Amino acid sequence: MATRINQAAPQNAVQEFWNNLRQVPQTAKEAWFRLGHAPESEREESQATFNNLFLHIHSVRINIRSLAPALTLGLGLISTASFLILCITGVLLMVYYKPSTTLAYDSIKDLHYVVFTGRFIRNIHRWSAHVMVVAVFLHMARVFYTSSYKKPREFNWLVGLGLLVLTLALSFTGYLLPYDQLAYWAITIGSNIANSPRELTDALGITQWLDPGGFQKRLLLGANFVGEDALIRFYVLHDFILPVLLIALLGVHFWRIRKDGGLARPEDPMGGSAEWGGSMKRVFEPLATKTYGLMALVKGRRAAVNRGPENTVMSWPHLFWAELAVFMLTTGLCVILSFHFDAPLKELANPSVPENPAKAPWYFLGLQELVSYSAFMGGLLIPVIAWAGLALIPFLDRRPGGEGTWLGTPGEKRALWQSLVFGLATVVGMLAFTVNFGWLRTWFPKVHQLWIIAINPGSILVLLYAGWSLWVLKRRNSVRLAAVALFTCFLVGFTVLTYFATVHRGPNWQFYWWPSQWPVH
Amino acid sequence: MPDLNETKPSRLAPPQVPRRSFLSLAAIASFFGAVGVALAGVLRLPKPAVLPGPVRRYKVGYPDQFAMGSETRFEQENFFVFRDAQGVYAISAVCTHLGCSVARSREGFACPCHGSQFVANGGVITGPAPRPLPWLEVGRAADGQLVVYADNEVPEGTRFRV
Repeated sequence: MATRINQAAPQNAVQEFWNNLRQVPQTAKEAWFRLGHAPESEREESQATFNNLFLHIHSVRINIRSLAPALTLGLGLISTASFLILCITGVLLMVYYKPSTTLAYDSIKDLHYVVFTGRFIRNIHRWSAHVMVVAVFLHMARVFYTSSYKKPREFNWLVGLGLLVLTLALSFTGYLLPYDQLAYWAITIGSNIANSPRELTDALGITQWLDPGGFQKRLLLGANFVGEDALIRFYVLHDFILPVLLIALLGVHFWRIRKDGGLARPEDPMGGSAEWGGSMKRVFEPLATKTYGLMALVKGRRAAVNRGPENTVMSWPHLFWAELAVFMLTTGLCVILSFHFDAPLKELANPSVPENPAKAPWYFLGLQELVSYSAFMGGLLIPVIAWAGLALIPFLDRRPGGEGTWLGTPGEKRALWQSLVFGLATVVGMLAFTVNFGWLRTWFPKVHQLWIIAINPGSILVLLYAGWSLWVLKRRNSVRLAAVALFTCFLVGFTVLTYFATVHRGPNWQFYWWPSQWPVH
Repeated sequence: MPDLNETKPSRLAPPQVPRRSFLSLAAIASFFGAVGVALAGVLRLPKPAVLPGPVRRYKVGYPDQFAMGSETRFEQENFFVFRDAQGVYAISAVCTHLGCSVARSREGFACPCHGSQFVANGGVITGPAPRPLPWLEVGRAADGQLVVYADNEVPEGTRFRV
């Protein structure tokens, strides 16, 4: 006769129900926290990491070199943290924002003056956007100067460059949404930069048949001017398309870090004995009779034979403490900035009266300075060249060495300092010359536009930088040093141009030593 | 012994594609074809079929409202109307560089955004503007008012006699 288990007698069902109900706090806790207590062994710490959807993108163990703050400066994490803050505050702003030319400005005013904590949330959104742009640029510089783009990480360098473009595009599209004077004129300029291939096609007289500039502008604005259609398009881009693309690419970026074997770092020592944790450890010698190739089916080198002991610690808790700290610091920084400095909101957009000076967001001001020489060269061609140059770096510099070490190969420090001086002197000299003596049009008023597109302070600066890099390549006989030279020049030029346009350009884009000297009108 | 029936593949006698591979290839190709067409449709949508916006044709007033030698700025419409001995003419106030509105200056016009400067007839004297400020077509409506066709560019020096 078969016995049925768990067949409780009917009179016990009420009792069972009551017992279960009383135990709900305990059983629910067990369902949530499967371990039931803080991890106590390395096995439990591993489980804590890989049994959790949100933690399992981390490896279970991490190399202690990757945890050293001096290697990464936490810049990638700061970028990620500020992006998370942007997502949360952005969704909150969406609750009140109305993407319409007649309502947008008022809804931002409501957020600023009426909505409880609305002003604070908007400030945090603004400041974390600035933090993200700065952190992304610095993160790129960190990866470059620590040679971390080298094989096998070339692909992730490209993904990072894609993320840089998306970050700037997100900032730019967000700029229009308040629909104030600042927004309106920054977007007018920005969309006309998209239109600037017309400068070339006009000069060649072929705009009638081939007009990529007009196509780009109309695609961006949905019209020939900044208005309702442009606002909706920027809203869709800013609130959906670009963030989704960025999240997808961010996923690939993190995934590649794992697949490429963690952050770039120096090789662990081979053979003999190795120092770890202040004491010498024995390294396993390979046995002649054994095949080690099959022992590791994962990508990368063979199992830990003939290599130093891995300098790894458990991700739980070491990595998570570090991440938590960076997230807290980033949030703290944004909150403190937002508490003291309000996000700007000028008067309602007025298509007939431009701001004077009308300036783009600060991270585009270096470009705006170039645009003030030639819209096509400065706004389109030079950025595309710079971006393509950055993308080519890991494919041109293929000699391994120096991975995960600041300026790790010999001569890099010298190349850095020389390029700093060269880059600084050239860009400052170029600006001083242009401010004092003008350019082609000042000397030859009838000069053809093609000459101005081809020969202007921006294109000459690019040529000087490229020439300097080639000279370093020949003189120092090293692709890496040439890359250091070019990247440093690019960084210095970008910084100086941005600073110059921010501080020293006033009304009518004229030179002033200080904004306090701007004429009052 | 080599198989005599098996001919070496060459350009004249290419190896036969088995029916199954052919069908698989066709299936894969049709899949990518369909995706391509769908994607083209998706990407085609954001290109505006109709450009919204007003017809930029403005009545600016009766000829006697423009005194000899006068200049009038139309802020919303973004152009200047001038009257001299030969007639009335209109010059666009939209900078040909990046679309900022120019203001009158000592030399003629000045753009606040990137420092382009123009002489009184719209010609560029300095700055990045690639073209002179365009002259706009002026005409007269049935009720006798002057009309500026802000979308129609005319050669420099074209005046409407009144």
